[in-house]
Amino acid sequence: MENVLNIFIKSIFIDNMIFAYFLGMCSYLAVSKTVKTAMGLGIAVTFVLIITVPVNYGLENYLLKKGALSWIPGMEEVDLSFLSFIIFIAVIAAMVQLVEMVVEKFAPALYSELGIFLPLIAVNCAILGAALFMQDREYENVIEATAFGLGSGIGWLLAIVGIAAVREKMKYSNVPAPLKGLGITFIVTGLMAIAFMTFMGIKL
Amino acid sequence: MATSKKILTEPLNLSNPITVQVLGICSSLAVTVKLEPAVVMGISVTLVTAFSNFIISLLRNTIPSRIRIIVQLVVIAALVIIVDQILKAFVYDVSKQLSVFVGLIITNCIIMGRLEAFALGNKPVPAFIDGIGNGAGYGMILIIVSLIREFFGSGKIWGFQIIPDAFYNMGYVNNGLIILPPMALMMLGIIIWVHRSRVKKLIEK
Repeated sequence: MENVLNIFIKSIFIDNMIFAYFLGMCSYLAVSKTVKTAMGLGIAVTFVLIITVPVNYGLENYLLKKGALSWIPGMEEVDLSFLSFIIFIAVIAAMVQLVEMVVEKFAPALYSELGIFLPLIAVNCAILGAALFMQDREYENVIEATAFGLGSGIGWLLAIVGIAAVREKMKYSNVPAPLKGLGITFIVTGLMAIAFMTFMGIKL
Repeated sequence: MATSKKILTEPLNLSNPITVQVLGICSSLAVTVKLEPAVVMGISVTLVTAFSNFIISLLRNTIPSRIRIIVQLVVIAALVIIVDQILKAFVYDVSKQLSVFVGLIITNCIIMGRLEAFALGNKPVPAFIDGIGNGAGYGMILIIVSLIREFFGSGKIWGFQIIPDAFYNMGYVNNGLIILPPMALMMLGIIIWVHRSRVKKLIEK
């Protein structure tokens, strides 16, 4: 249990998707103009991560990894790990579609709120990045993998809501013209990343 | 001929994928601590962009537009698997350093962005050139950032020591902050600043 909590905290603050690995930067920059939309996209990303990371974890361990097919007699030596990119991205695209349909059916209000962001998540690097990190770090069981997915999602949400709040205020400040928009956003993100580095080394 | 030259050189400056179109930031920052992985990453992205542009452009009239995203993803993923296997075979330690970022070329927005914006509406050969141009524009920024970070962060370029030992004996210390992730973001911010103050029409309102 302690280990799970540790992974959860670590993936929010220390291994933050944006500040430590720059994943999901494209949508981070494009959708962080107002806090409300940033919140919507952040929730959608977290939601998709909670679903896709455990599913990909299962596929990795029972289909792709070397020796993962040992539940089929005579297939102990098969190593399909070179297929992992294509399987992961297919799972993510399919899951995003599924999540979109479920949300549309059962929570129409949330659906209209999220709007175009849901389909865009399929090509958000944070989602595929989480799947690949999960593969890289070899989590022991599916609970740990889910904790990692949830933590990364919340970390991403924190980052995008934070920058959106800063950008809303920054409209009223006097930024040098060539630095306006993109440039200052990068520099502010860098400053926020330095602030997040203070969490480094924290262990529960 | 003039147009294909324009397609090739425009992404290097006026429509640079990173500083102007804001595509492919995700993978561009994490690989820029040293020059060597940055160059390898630049070349890989250029190849994948060029060939996926070419293939999608060949198929552009047969893909139903409703399922085009998944077709594009499959083509890109197949190309990235090839690149990944080649890197593992020939430059194993660089591929270890790049770790997940090779796989992340799949979701690199440059590739999807160029497919949507260019390959779906143009003939294969211009699409191929467009892919090379955008990959080169991306690689250029990667190389600039990684040159600065490797030089100031560890006193080396491409693994060779540039700052002489005498400097260190006199008390010069490498700037440790510049190797850390936050400085990559700031560096890119500064590059955008310099670029936009030189090219006035890119300034945002």
